[in-house]
Amino acid sequence: MSELIYKSAAQLSESLAKKEVSAREVTQAHLDQIAKVDKAVQAFLFVDTEGALAQADQVDAARAKGENLGPLAGVPLALKDILAQEGIPTTCGSKILAGWRPPYSATVVKKLRAAGVVILGKTNMDEFAMGSSTENSAFGTTQNPWDLKRIPGGSGGGSAAALAAFEAPLAIGSDTGGSIRQPAALTGTVGVKPTYGGVSRYGVVAFSSSLDQVGPCARTVLDTALLHEVIAGHDDYDATSINAPTPPVVAAAKRADVKGMKIGVIKELSGDGYESGVSERFEESLEILRSQGATIEMVSCPNFDYGLAAYYLIAPSEASSNLARFDAMRYGLRVGDDGSRSAEEVMSMTRAAGFGREVKRRIILGTYALSAGYYDAYYGSAQKVRTLITQDFAKAFSSVDVLVSPTTPTVAFPIGEKSNDPVAMYLSDVATIPVNLAGVAAMSLPAGLSEGLPVGFQIIAPAMKDDRLYQVGAALERELAAKWGGVLTTKAPKLISAAGA
Amino acid sequence: MLSYEEIIEKYEPALGLEVHVELGTKTKMFCGCPTEFGAEPNTQVCPVCLGMPGALPFVNERAIESTILIGLALNCSIAPWSRFARKNYFYPDMPKNFQISQYDEPICTDGYLDVEYETPEGMKTFRIEIERVHMEEDTGKSLHVGGATGRIHGAEYSLLDYNRAGIPLVEIVTKTVLGTESYAPQIAKAYVKELRDILRTLGVSDVKMEQGSLRCDANISLSPRGSGKLGTRSETKNVNSLRSVERAITSEMHRHAQRLEAGERVVQETRHFQEDSGTTRSGRSKEQAEDYRYFPEPDLLPVAPSAEWIEQLRGQLPERPSAHRARLQQLWQVPDKEMAAMINAGVVGVVEETVAEGADPTKARTWWLGEISRVANEREVEVVEMPITPKDVAEIIALVAAGDLTDKLARQVVEGVIAGEGSPAEVIAARGIKVVSDEGELVAAIERAIAAQPDTAQKVRDGNIPAAGALIGAVMKDTKGQADAARVRELLLGLLGQS
Ligand SMILES: [Zn+2]
Repeated sequence: MSELIYKSAAQLSESLAKKEVSAREVTQAHLDQIAKVDKAVQAFLFVDTEGALAQADQVDAARAKGENLGPLAGVPLALKDILAQEGIPTTCGSKILAGWRPPYSATVVKKLRAAGVVILGKTNMDEFAMGSSTENSAFGTTQNPWDLKRIPGGSGGGSAAALAAFEAPLAIGSDTGGSIRQPAALTGTVGVKPTYGGVSRYGVVAFSSSLDQVGPCARTVLDTALLHEVIAGHDDYDATSINAPTPPVVAAAKRADVKGMKIGVIKELSGDGYESGVSERFEESLEILRSQGATIEMVSCPNFDYGLAAYYLIAPSEASSNLARFDAMRYGLRVGDDGSRSAEEVMSMTRAAGFGREVKRRIILGTYALSAGYYDAYYGSAQKVRTLITQDFAKAFSSVDVLVSPTTPTVAFPIGEKSNDPVAMYLSDVATIPVNLAGVAAMSLPAGLSEGLPVGFQIIAPAMKDDRLYQVGAALERELAAKWGGVLTTKAPKLISAAGA
Repeated sequence: MLSYEEIIEKYEPALGLEVHVELGTKTKMFCGCPTEFGAEPNTQVCPVCLGMPGALPFVNERAIESTILIGLALNCSIAPWSRFARKNYFYPDMPKNFQISQYDEPICTDGYLDVEYETPEGMKTFRIEIERVHMEEDTGKSLHVGGATGRIHGAEYSLLDYNRAGIPLVEIVTKTVLGTESYAPQIAKAYVKELRDILRTLGVSDVKMEQGSLRCDANISLSPRGSGKLGTRSETKNVNSLRSVERAITSEMHRHAQRLEAGERVVQETRHFQEDSGTTRSGRSKEQAEDYRYFPEPDLLPVAPSAEWIEQLRGQLPERPSAHRARLQQLWQVPDKEMAAMINAGVVGVVEETVAEGADPTKARTWWLGEISRVANEREVEVVEMPITPKDVAEIIALVAAGDLTDKLARQVVEGVIAGEGSPAEVIAARGIKVVSDEGELVAAIERAIAAQPDTAQKVRDGNIPAAGALIGAVMKDTKGQADAARVRELLLGLLGQS
């Protein structure tokens, strides 16, 4: 039975459809794995054992009745704790929301449920998605299954680690500056930040509204595409969601062909600051794509150099406003309400006690950047940079089909190494941030190992051309998997079973 | 202390009016919750209007449509592209601790509204320029329980009701209004009234000031004549009736003048109008330092109404109240002065409705401008706020025309309806009001009067007709005023050989 956890979602889908295995068996196998390894990995904040099994039973019953089910019906999934799920604790990694059970579900959660996807539980994350290591979670750090002394990336480190630890074949993340792609890179998994507006944000606790995007995570490109197709599409409840058909991502993943495609290498996302192992795996991947018939050329995006600075003005600005609602009045933590204090005092005490250091830092940064007298210099200038970066992309995409870069400058770093150096931590996202600023689509997939740790390869496509990510990613993955004898995660050290033993 | 005339002599008043209107849409601005007034607290709420984590706003198209209609009615330009912005500040009754509003890119700009006002020098038109009309969401309501004042300070605890949170609001802001001179308070009132009539005609709001669906913040400043610059203004909130608009501004003009005369500065601040005293008290003076950190609302797309849509809405605009009034004046053949009196008393609408119920226009006008206005004045309320409907008045007029009531009895009926005794029919029944038309009874009463005043009767017999008045008065008294005076006179003169 434990073999089930090593299967891809596509393989499980096939076995389930053929009734070779039941959704309950698949779900139970993953729950067992969680029970076995999650003490060591700490990917999950909440495991919904009963709920997951009940969902699995519903799928099995529907299948027994011969109902027409989607391809992912009965396949388990790990949900980032940033998505509201009715009745299920939703903390966003923050003490201020500890114990909150939302009275409603995010649109993505509704879509997952409608597709019969079994939600195993909620995964750990940096508080309010602010961080690159999960060290900012109020509930402890998630460990990287490749080396438990290292971080799994963040903010969606829990979802990525759950995949790498075979606790789930599918996961949902959210990506504001790299929170899906950076953890995917550091755990040897696949993660996609869809086009801004491609997936509904309704019910996703907002960090930075103009940058946040929910996306699919898995261990293979095809699995990621299958999940992408389930969660994407227009939503009346999200005014920024795009009212157009979802790009044909599954077909593109199956096509896996780059012959005649033009691939641009972003000059600014290489060189200094990129570890040699990372650069080597990147070059090897380029070579594979070239050998598969793609044309590779260098492309310059000069304004990317200002991306990180612009991001750290826009995201905190929006966050300072989005997080204002956590005031103890209607839900969540309430501190100091002993009858002697005013509402304002209770608000202030609750926020002081409920938010962690990084969240406070960003609220203060954002409040400052939006203040009268500073707005034009900070928020205003950052928006101008954003326009310039968008223009860089537009110019680049006028000559190439996709752009590529290493996903992160380094492999997973040891827990604690950067937790007291915010700027060093922020630099983890230097290659992923421009994508969010421009609202385009991007994928990270494994390119191999450097000193035993995974390296990520980033593919970037124009808005609403998400299918190109899958087309290129699947082609690269096919060649690499052939070389490795399976997807990268199968090469993970026996650490996991050791940890579980 | 300066008299009002002296204030105007030394200072020039500058007005500014901000009117908030709750739109009458069935659902809220950014969610599907109903907007009905007076529901149980916190029953018309959802994740969106409660600001739950993850919930997002979506725009109510009807609210945009209503706002464009308002803008067009106020002669504004409609922006082909405008944006929502977040106004950030913490307050317990504001679920997200920011209000979705519009800031530097409002949907309607640069309009005007002409206000007619009857001055001693004749009817004058004052053009009030509109700076902007923009959309925003309302906040919830706080109820402070315990403590002496009902205010937040000293309260034992506060209750929050979010039913109102997210109801669409339109804010209509004037440019600085100069040149109203001594009429500043009256023009302010006339402007709000005209605006209210327009909004009612457009059908976009029920514009009930007493329920808060139309709220006015009145700004006023005084500048010494010849100084060439505006004085420091105060902003008075909580002005909950048309009459209060006028009173608040008058009161503020006196207060400003007093300070300026004493060599003190007027503080730029928010003040609250107090109905009972007719004066204002200081509110938050930190207002000036408040930094709302406006920025474009990232959860909503820009509002970009098509030119076709705007033109289609322009085509739907009803007749402007001023044009409508001109048409009515023509139709009813009302002299200018009378029409002006009706406009100033704000009764054109009710007179029109009374006429629509079948009443004669002149009679309808007489009732509304006469008896009903008189009682309204006594009670210090607007005529239209009196608890008597055009239908009631039309009914009473019909009864008089049919001879079932005398004018005097009709006044009693009106009085009864206003006193809340019910419909005209109910008042007539309850008070036992009826025209004494039994001729036998009348003749008996007249005979009693003649017997009681034989000398007077003789004078009438001798041709001194005016002397009959005393006898008629006695008969009316005898019949408790219920007899038809004209008929009494007829019968009396007949009996005394003068018919
Ligand atoms: Zn609502």
